[in-house]
Amino acid sequence: MSFVEKTAAQLQEMIHTKETTIAEMTEKAFERIEALEPKVDAFLALNKERATQLAKEMDQVPFAERGPLFGLPIGVKDNIVTEGLETTASSRILEGFNPIYNATVVDKLREAGMVTVGKLNMDEFAMGSSNENSYYKKTKNPWNLETVPGGSSGGSAAAVAAGEVPFSLGSDTGGSIRQPAAFCGVVGMKPTYGRVSRFGLIAYASSLDQIGPITRTVNDNALLLNAIAGYDDKDSTSANVEVPDFTSALTGDITGLRIGVPKEYFAEGVGEAAKEAVLDALKVLEERGAICEEISLPHSKYALSTYYILASSEASSNLSRFDGIRYGYRTEKAGSLLEFYMNTRSEGFGDEVKRRIMLGTYALSSGYYDAYYKKAQKVRTLIKKDFDDAFEKYDVIVGPTTPTPAFKIGEIIDDPLTMYANDILTIPVNLAGVPAISIPCGFENGLPLGLQIIGKHFDEETVYRVADVYEKATDFHKKTPQTWEGAAQ
Amino acid sequence: MAKMTKEEVIEVAHLARLAITDEEAEHFADQLEAITNAMELLNELDTENVEPTTHVLQMVNVLREDKSVPGLDRDLVMKNVKEHEGGQVKVPTILE
Repeated sequence: MSFVEKTAAQLQEMIHTKETTIAEMTEKAFERIEALEPKVDAFLALNKERATQLAKEMDQVPFAERGPLFGLPIGVKDNIVTEGLETTASSRILEGFNPIYNATVVDKLREAGMVTVGKLNMDEFAMGSSNENSYYKKTKNPWNLETVPGGSSGGSAAAVAAGEVPFSLGSDTGGSIRQPAAFCGVVGMKPTYGRVSRFGLIAYASSLDQIGPITRTVNDNALLLNAIAGYDDKDSTSANVEVPDFTSALTGDITGLRIGVPKEYFAEGVGEAAKEAVLDALKVLEERGAICEEISLPHSKYALSTYYILASSEASSNLSRFDGIRYGYRTEKAGSLLEFYMNTRSEGFGDEVKRRIMLGTYALSSGYYDAYYKKAQKVRTLIKKDFDDAFEKYDVIVGPTTPTPAFKIGEIIDDPLTMYANDILTIPVNLAGVPAISIPCGFENGLPLGLQIIGKHFDEETVYRVADVYEKATDFHKKTPQTWEGAAQ
Repeated sequence: MAKMTKEEVIEVAHLARLAITDEEAEHFADQLEAITNAMELLNELDTENVEPTTHVLQMVNVLREDKSVPGLDRDLVMKNVKEHEGGQVKVPTILE
């Protein structure tokens, strides 16, 4: 049995008809993970013993008490804390850290009856676009093991693409769910800021971070968002708004729906294949009754600089808590307390993290605060206004998720600016706080390309509806990588 | 902006409580200069009368009744502390 071609509904059907059990499904998940991990390297920690025990207990629960995700395996990005399961955010500074409580989303997965099988690799503290910044390992793209899976939720996207698990959670600060979803040919949703609790998410840039689901299909993605969304009084930025049933939004009808296509998302630097794939996708949506028109988001080109100032500033503040005193890595080179802090942090953080902490410290320092930080806050207002204006006339905005498909491991790691430019099409969404999804829409040289659909605040329903119509009209999501052939099914 | 010097990087690293070598400082100076130069792009925009956005949501305080509740279990918390004694976290000497 492979998860690869199965949806949540099909897996439930298999359990109902006694074709399989939750215990067997969990065991198969671990078999497949163990067979593929030498190639893919998506997992940092496995939860085998507890998951196996839990699965057996869950098989005893009457069918009438089970929800649509009951008993299904899921992997969790390693910046989401899990009680009793090592959580490192892929950083040396959290090596051996065993949280004593769960993130709210992890409690919610448990309430939905999902089985957490392990923790997924990422760029250290979610800083990166390639997964090459992890202290522990480099995850590979299942479509071509010489290429990156994207970042920072690369482990989460690769595990789903490789069929190791049918579901995973990622987090998205500047594109960290959507970019790896595009590179790995899976469905990744960044919900509206505030839709999903961030309690227990190890913070990178608090005003931008958002947890979201990665799956193989749009319907499964909506099911997983159903499970994790909702108000949480433990997170002061959690939005107290009603959570609809996102799967009910998948009506298949997009007649008269208005789609804005920003010309800036087809500018220089965006590859021809990515442009063509999106233009083809727009034709498909038009054939189904949508109305597509070119629009302008004039401040798009300022988003990258704005993002790096704001995210780095928030990171420099958030990461000040890692000092080696109460948890995590502690230097052997003792000395004064100041030396202790400095040595612990220097040995514990990787280069990209240090680069952003320093950039943020610089941007927030006296004399530069107005020129960088305050300026960026103001430009953020303009970027947000671009979206507000566009959404007065349009229901969704559609463009490519990334300028190109996955690049080779090691290709641009020493060039931070080129690496940062990879998120140029996803970053504006985080600055505005709106929801957006990436779904597979084509291939270039055998590597997947992503279609990005952006919605209004708290209108994930329309985003899912459009994504579902496109998915049903195409078969890109049914293609699977060759690299897993011969692996345990 | 002016060229970012090695000394400036060392100062910023110190503020961020990061120990860096001279060699690292030079490496970071080049990269941070390139990054901050790219950020100069924002100066093209006149933002004189634009309000800064700190948050996309309407923020409200989360208040609870002021009553005592059990805190985290101390033995559990200490599981993640590298050095502790008698329920207290050990740190390097602060006062000689």
